[in-house]
Amino acid sequence: MAYTLTVNGRSLDADVAADTPLLWVLRDSLRLTGTKFGCGVGQCGACTVLIDGRAIRACQTPVSAVKGRVTTIEGLSDDGSHPLQRAWRELDVPQCGYCQAGQIMSAASLLARNPAPDDATIDREMSGNICRCGTYLRIRAAIHQAAGSAVSGPGAPVQR
Amino acid sequence: MLALRVQPAGPVEAQGFPMGTFETTAFIRIDPDGTVTLLAKNPETGQGVKTMLPMLIAEELDADWATVKIAQADADQSKYGFQLAGGSLSTPLNWQPLRQVGAAGRQMLLTAAAQTWKVPVAECSAARSRVTHGPSGRTATYGQLASAMATVPPPDLASVTLKDPKDFTIIGTTRAGVDNPAIVTGQPVFSIDFTRPGMLHAVFEKCPVFGGAVVSANLDEVRKLPGVRQVFVVKGGTNLEGLLPGVAILADSFWQAQSARRQLKVTWAEGSTADESSAGYAKVADQLGAAAPAMTMRTDGDVDGALKAAGGGVEAAYSYPFFGHAPLEPQNCVAEFANGRLELWAPTQTPSFALPMLAQTLGIEPSAITIHLMRTGGGFGRRLTNDFTVEAAWIAKEAGVPVKLLWTREDDMTHDFYRPAGYHYLKGAVDAAGTIVAWRDHFVSFGKNGQFANSANMGPDEFPARLVPNFALHASLMPTGVPTGALRAPGSNGIAFVVQSFIDELAHKAGKDPLDVRLGLLGATYLPAKAPAGLFPAFEPARMRGVLELVAGRSGWRARKTSSGRALGLAFHYSHMGYFAEVADVSVDAEKRVRVHKVWVAADIGSQVINPGAADNMVQGAVIDGLSQLMYETTIENGRAKETNFDAFTPLRMRQVPAEIEVHWLKTAGPPTGLGEPALPPIIPAVTNAIFAATGERVRSLPLSKHGYRWA
Repeated sequence: MAYTLTVNGRSLDADVAADTPLLWVLRDSLRLTGTKFGCGVGQCGACTVLIDGRAIRACQTPVSAVKGRVTTIEGLSDDGSHPLQRAWRELDVPQCGYCQAGQIMSAASLLARNPAPDDATIDREMSGNICRCGTYLRIRAAIHQAAGSAVSGPGAPVQR
Repeated sequence: MLALRVQPAGPVEAQGFPMGTFETTAFIRIDPDGTVTLLAKNPETGQGVKTMLPMLIAEELDADWATVKIAQADADQSKYGFQLAGGSLSTPLNWQPLRQVGAAGRQMLLTAAAQTWKVPVAECSAARSRVTHGPSGRTATYGQLASAMATVPPPDLASVTLKDPKDFTIIGTTRAGVDNPAIVTGQPVFSIDFTRPGMLHAVFEKCPVFGGAVVSANLDEVRKLPGVRQVFVVKGGTNLEGLLPGVAILADSFWQAQSARRQLKVTWAEGSTADESSAGYAKVADQLGAAAPAMTMRTDGDVDGALKAAGGGVEAAYSYPFFGHAPLEPQNCVAEFANGRLELWAPTQTPSFALPMLAQTLGIEPSAITIHLMRTGGGFGRRLTNDFTVEAAWIAKEAGVPVKLLWTREDDMTHDFYRPAGYHYLKGAVDAAGTIVAWRDHFVSFGKNGQFANSANMGPDEFPARLVPNFALHASLMPTGVPTGALRAPGSNGIAFVVQSFIDELAHKAGKDPLDVRLGLLGATYLPAKAPAGLFPAFEPARMRGVLELVAGRSGWRARKTSSGRALGLAFHYSHMGYFAEVADVSVDAEKRVRVHKVWVAADIGSQVINPGAADNMVQGAVIDGLSQLMYETTIENGRAKETNFDAFTPLRMRQVPAEIEVHWLKTAGPPTGLGEPALPPIIPAVTNAIFAATGERVRSLPLSKHGYRWA
């Protein structure tokens, strides 16, 4: 079946079976591979994307059920300048890096609802995302840093 | 004095690893526009080598790190030396040669400038990708010297002069991961993201019992399903690390291939491994542990006499279970076979080991194979084994089209090379002063004909060997059909739990502080090593004493207050040339819910921490990885792995991690050593020792969940 999705502000078509998870439409049909496959059962969060600003697991969302605007890591900002992306670079969060797109998208959903989350809130909201390398302390710190810069607005210098 | 503790070439070749050669001009590319590109030689699995190894070149090249570009090298040992992500070896094997490469490049640039300006080389100096002639003040960028440099022959690496470490400007400073900008914007950097024109998506169904063979399958039905292009049986062989029997399904998309796979019905010949189980192994281990040992790896003094003199001593049986790797990026590989040549885009930790297996299985020459090293979504030892590369290669050759093979998480968890379980039957004695006077370990492990299975071994010098006067290490082996392999800090991740827990038991028996008993042990008379001098030098007690005292001080061990339900635990371990001592602050509530509040780590990996920010991250990650091993296991039942996904086999989640993990570095003489592994082993016994201090319950087998514990 043909589906038209709004992904990162663009209208895109995919001809796939109705039960095809959004994850595989993004990765195989639309070639947006920033969203990752980790478990296929909604346990690891690597496939997290936003639909109308709310985090969902793309591996558990059939394309036929997608209603709303999809945002993937590629569309979080035009140039990597989202406060979370900046904080992730500045604090050198990634090790292997594979989970980090999902972590950032979960964090984006969290900050959209709660601009200044405390540790307990971050721990609760982020516990659906596994980091197999164990970069959790830096993820937590980066969310705090992004929350701070989100308040002060964009334009902070970006370190390499 | 920076005496080389490890001479890379000798021991590595002695282990059968081909060292290869380091070709200066392959590592350093300078374009006329001024772009300096450095090649990262080893597979990046999250251990930071794509950043750290080029830092070594850039330091001696005097390249401007802010403008340097890093490119991943393909597999080619004739240019890049031995390429491996394993054994925490990237640092020790490359610390000297890559700095020599950088220094050789710098010498070529200085020579090029001197020839261009017709001045003595000695009057030229380099800094930040620019050469300056002192007397005239003339300068040229590396880009301006690129064409002149191309005419200068590279010097012999052994002839170049390396910097005094006090002049380092890159080594020892924090440099962010070079792929971070691509990672945080979702650019395709991983193998799983790679595509080829005309590529099909493949899935591969193997027998759930390890090594089982295909008898029959409903191939014709599956061929009719939407998007399916090819379905065929792969006969495969019996080598568990190679190409195994199975059914390949190729479709236009992964979801079509995987959907078709759900309709696949295969009759398997499961073989005798179907009778094996974790419970069965434990029973056999108890029988073997009670019998006379089959092998003796080491004896010192008179263990029986010392135990008798101590009234029998303390006896305890310890064990740890099979354990999978589960890197977050499932196994995958892109393969293209055309005109007798194979090209692979592979997330492998060991391209050098993949190459001969691929050549042999496909019946082609190694020279007809190109392996592109892709950034890898975690390794932890899983991708030391190249089964997924040979599957992709075979399927691509058979299908005649480029193929991306992708495993599901279920494939990954049920076809791993597991950390083998281990069973230790211990006796020990301690005198009234807290000195450990006797130690016997009857290690029951896996293997046959006196040969340990992969990563199921224990060496004759393993601590506390050499420091206990009456000591014996024995082993007995049972066979297994389950594939075993190296899990981050192989051997050590289980042995540290056993050894550091039993030391605690003996300390408690003597009524002494576990810290004092350990310090006493590390100060004991030091017996000679039995193992031949290999890749990893023998344990040096003084270095461990250093980190033990450091961590005790930083954690406030001497002033600790133990309340019911909350206590500190202490442990240390030497592995992969690294000395690590760790303290964990742990609470256990009435429902046996465990929380690790804080961890202190003291580390000695030699004279330099090359990339300190990344090193702290790596140590914190290793601690969290070790904590993950406390609560879960891979259970073998009916010859297959029972846990199939993260619902049953779960790495630590954010709400379970300690609020703080402090990392303290103790710099000592000697070249820097690796960091992928040695921080992991001590955290496991540090936590179980804290649980004992907090509750009085001694945990002698893992996982904790078997004893009713769960994370708070």
